[in-house]
Amino acid sequence: MKQKIIMKLLTGMAGLGIALGAVSAHASPESDRQEMIKYYTSKYPNVKIEDYVFGALAFDADSKSQYDAIMEFPPFDSQVEAGRKMWETPFKNGKTYASCLPSGGKMIAGNYPMFDEVKGKVVTLHDVINDCRVANGEEAYKHTDAKTMGQLTAYMRSLSDGMLMNIKVEGPKATAAYEEGKKLFFTRKGQLNFACSTCHVQNAGTRLRSELISPAVGHAGHWPVFRGGDNLVMLQQRYEGCFKSVRAVPAPAGSATMNNLEYFHSALSNGMPMKANVFRK
Amino acid sequence: MAEPMRIRATMAGDVADVKVLMNHPMETGTRKDAKTGQLVPAHFIQEVTATINGKAVLNAEIGPAVSKNPYLGFKVKGAKAGDKVVVSWMDNQGEKNSAEATIG
Amino acid sequence: MNALRRNVLKSAAGASAVAVAVAAGLLKPTQAMAAWNKSAFEAKNVGDALKGIGVTSPADSKDITIKAPDIAENGAVVPVEVATSIAGTTSIAILAEKNASPLVGTFGLTGGTEAFISTRIKMGQTSLIRAVVNAGGKTYTSAKEVKVTIGGCGG
Repeated sequence: MKQKIIMKLLTGMAGLGIALGAVSAHASPESDRQEMIKYYTSKYPNVKIEDYVFGALAFDADSKSQYDAIMEFPPFDSQVEAGRKMWETPFKNGKTYASCLPSGGKMIAGNYPMFDEVKGKVVTLHDVINDCRVANGEEAYKHTDAKTMGQLTAYMRSLSDGMLMNIKVEGPKATAAYEEGKKLFFTRKGQLNFACSTCHVQNAGTRLRSELISPAVGHAGHWPVFRGGDNLVMLQQRYEGCFKSVRAVPAPAGSATMNNLEYFHSALSNGMPMKANVFRK
Repeated sequence: MAEPMRIRATMAGDVADVKVLMNHPMETGTRKDAKTGQLVPAHFIQEVTATINGKAVLNAEIGPAVSKNPYLGFKVKGAKAGDKVVVSWMDNQGEKNSAEATIG
Repeated sequence: MNALRRNVLKSAAGASAVAVAVAAGLLKPTQAMAAWNKSAFEAKNVGDALKGIGVTSPADSKDITIKAPDIAENGAVVPVEVATSIAGTTSIAILAEKNASPLVGTFGLTGGTEAFISTRIKMGQTSLIRAVVNAGGKTYTSAKEVKVTIGGCGG
């Protein structure tokens, strides 16, 4: 069964021009990542792979300079500041978020999502935060609420600015979850019948409906974004948006489906520095 | 507005580079609230002034076409590190805000 | 606070000093000499907006630099910088010609402030961004087109 899926995937990836050479049934996430980088850099030899953290902006100087101008003094600073207050305010029982999280929450965002062997599933930073809340007698936050989870994680993720993405996929269960995410990424869906890869691999660097499409490598490390400098959007909310754009019904943010997707998707950006809270159009 | 404005003032040669980020919704009065369908009343900064060591350097009149959370950058020749920058604004509803910073 | 008060009382009642005093709460808004230029800001076309700020036939000038994008990423927040080398510049005005109300702002510069202003503006549609410079009793102008598109995929 698994072999069939993997062969389909390989055919799919071959169809995208990705050499089959290094991609085998026992391919590792690291070799997936390297294959993808090879694909992009041979298509766009003049764009530095380090700049892929800026997404579509790496391909357009006019857009990048607007990003730079706005990032010099971001208009969303007060939202991040609100997140800082949330982060530093103790729960009703006197404990704080820092007491729940490894390293007090500093320089850890690049480790998530991670596979929790005890729970037998992928957990994201949001899950860890909600576990902390519930363990301390508070209610869990909704995964897509900007004023709570959004602003809190906007600040919290900034404590990991500069950290290199460091997703670990070790052991058969973690690998299976990774492969689930990979399958979803390469599977066509929705009325428009596009896969994530259709745009973000095959058509990265080209335009769709006047929008420049970003490559999948470098995607997952610069979140949340502030659309128009003001409207906070978290990564899985963006996934929901993409699903809706191809007229597919999205799995809800925080579900196993979305978490597995984020697991695979983040591993593609391993080794790249993260930055929370960026301007986006 | 409860949120304080932020001022960054640094010397570049003999010129003070001052950047200000104000907190304000800058509503034009022509936007409809998504939930109620009602027009959100106009609420925007109208005047911004800046002084360095008490001397006026900027006197701006702005309207609602300036983006939400207004940003202003200006440069003052002859200012020195240690000088005090004060930026003040007043909006169309009579609200005021003021902040100061030392040129670094 | 005291130094500011002393300054207001000592200096000539220039409009800027008064505006500072108003902002600092020392004078009530109704006592201010400079009232917000409502007619200029509410003018619906460039001609009326310019008339509202006392500008007629500004001369085209190559000495005004407008730094603005060719295509705005988001019309709600377009970074615009205006700089000029014209000597004796006392104010810079910025207009977005196709906005419902074109006048964006007027920036009076005094006391050694350089002829430079940087800000972020809202644009309703593709339009010329016009800068008008007041220097030595004369007015000068330049413009740059900024395209505004409606994007497709923002989720």
